[in-house]
Amino acid sequence: MAAEATLNNENSNSKPWGGGVSPFGISWGKMMMWFFLVSDAFTFSSLIIAYGAFRHRHTQVWPTANDVFTHFPFVHEHLPLAYVGLMTFILIMSSVTMVLAVDAGHRRDNRSVAIWMGLTIIGGFMFVGSQAWEWYNFITGTPKGALITNMGEIYRFPENAPSLHAHTHTAIPDWALISPDHKVISDKAEVERIKSISKPIKGANLVNNEYGHPLFADFFFFITGFHGFHVFSGVVINLIIFFNVLSGVYSRRGHYEHIEKTGLYWHFVDLVWVFVFTFFYLV
Amino acid sequence: MSEHHNHEMHGYYTGDIHNQFVPEHYDPKNRSVIWKTFWILLIITIAEVAIAFTSISKEVLMVIFITLTVVKAYFIVAFFMHLKHEKLSLAYCILLPFILIVYLIAMSLTEANYLNLWDLIFK
Repeated sequence: MAAEATLNNENSNSKPWGGGVSPFGISWGKMMMWFFLVSDAFTFSSLIIAYGAFRHRHTQVWPTANDVFTHFPFVHEHLPLAYVGLMTFILIMSSVTMVLAVDAGHRRDNRSVAIWMGLTIIGGFMFVGSQAWEWYNFITGTPKGALITNMGEIYRFPENAPSLHAHTHTAIPDWALISPDHKVISDKAEVERIKSISKPIKGANLVNNEYGHPLFADFFFFITGFHGFHVFSGVVINLIIFFNVLSGVYSRRGHYEHIEKTGLYWHFVDLVWVFVFTFFYLV
Repeated sequence: MSEHHNHEMHGYYTGDIHNQFVPEHYDPKNRSVIWKTFWILLIITIAEVAIAFTSISKEVLMVIFITLTVVKAYFIVAFFMHLKHEKLSLAYCILLPFILIVYLIAMSLTEANYLNLWDLIFK
């Protein structure tokens, strides 16, 4: 092994692409993790770009995220962005504990690696749980639901559109309806006409969406579902690594490179959420 | 190996069939960088949520949000994923393919615009 090390040293000092050493200065495993993440990033990019294109196509009738995701556990008021802000915080925090586990691995500190990995796994479970709750609220919908006309247009009730209240200075009457393009319909005859040609719907699924265009629900379920599946697989991989750390696999091996590889995957999951957060909730 | 030589080539053997030697540069200041990155990400996220409720126009907000998202992505990739301290050749291999993503965004939005125009004329 000593001879090999000398050979490697000579090569790396003269020409990185001459063979015998990694030209990138990292192990093949880490390099392949990076290239896998590039391909995974392309998949997520394609999904988010498809979402963007259809949203751009249906700008006028696209639901406002602040009217859809307004729930917060144990609180009955409308709190848009609060819950998803908390989810983002949980995921960033678990990314920090992951990178601290990698750092502890560099110091060959088995105990610290185990602690930080354990905290990362807890963060991952918390995030998946939060996402399940978010899905539950989106699928169940509002208490009153909405109206769908025989043309497939969604008319909502004023109390389900808090973001509209923030922009109008005059109070919106209870019996009014909100049109698909977010306008208040307060003409009694028109309200009656719409009611006569529509039936009630409640909640969101792949066919109907009481909050507006059904494509919003389709993309939401598909993209956050795909991301949630990544988080879940990340938690499973982290658990395997965690048990390896506990049984001393890496301290016997002499290095903690596996932590770095799963760390890259975990940070990538956080990275994707940064984009999902922006394009589904903020803009 | 002498003490001096050992310092220059600090690292480990992967221990698998390739038994590749991987150089390792451990920086004790790493942990303060991690926490700095955390605070930056947290403050940007709080700022995003805060300005979402101001009366700034939607178009301006969209530009601000997308810019801040790219800034957050930079901090995650550069410091959490450590790409800033990897070799430049690896960084290029990873980042340059995303030129294609910029192209895909341009194509998709053009298509959506075209369909909107079609509606405007024929509906």
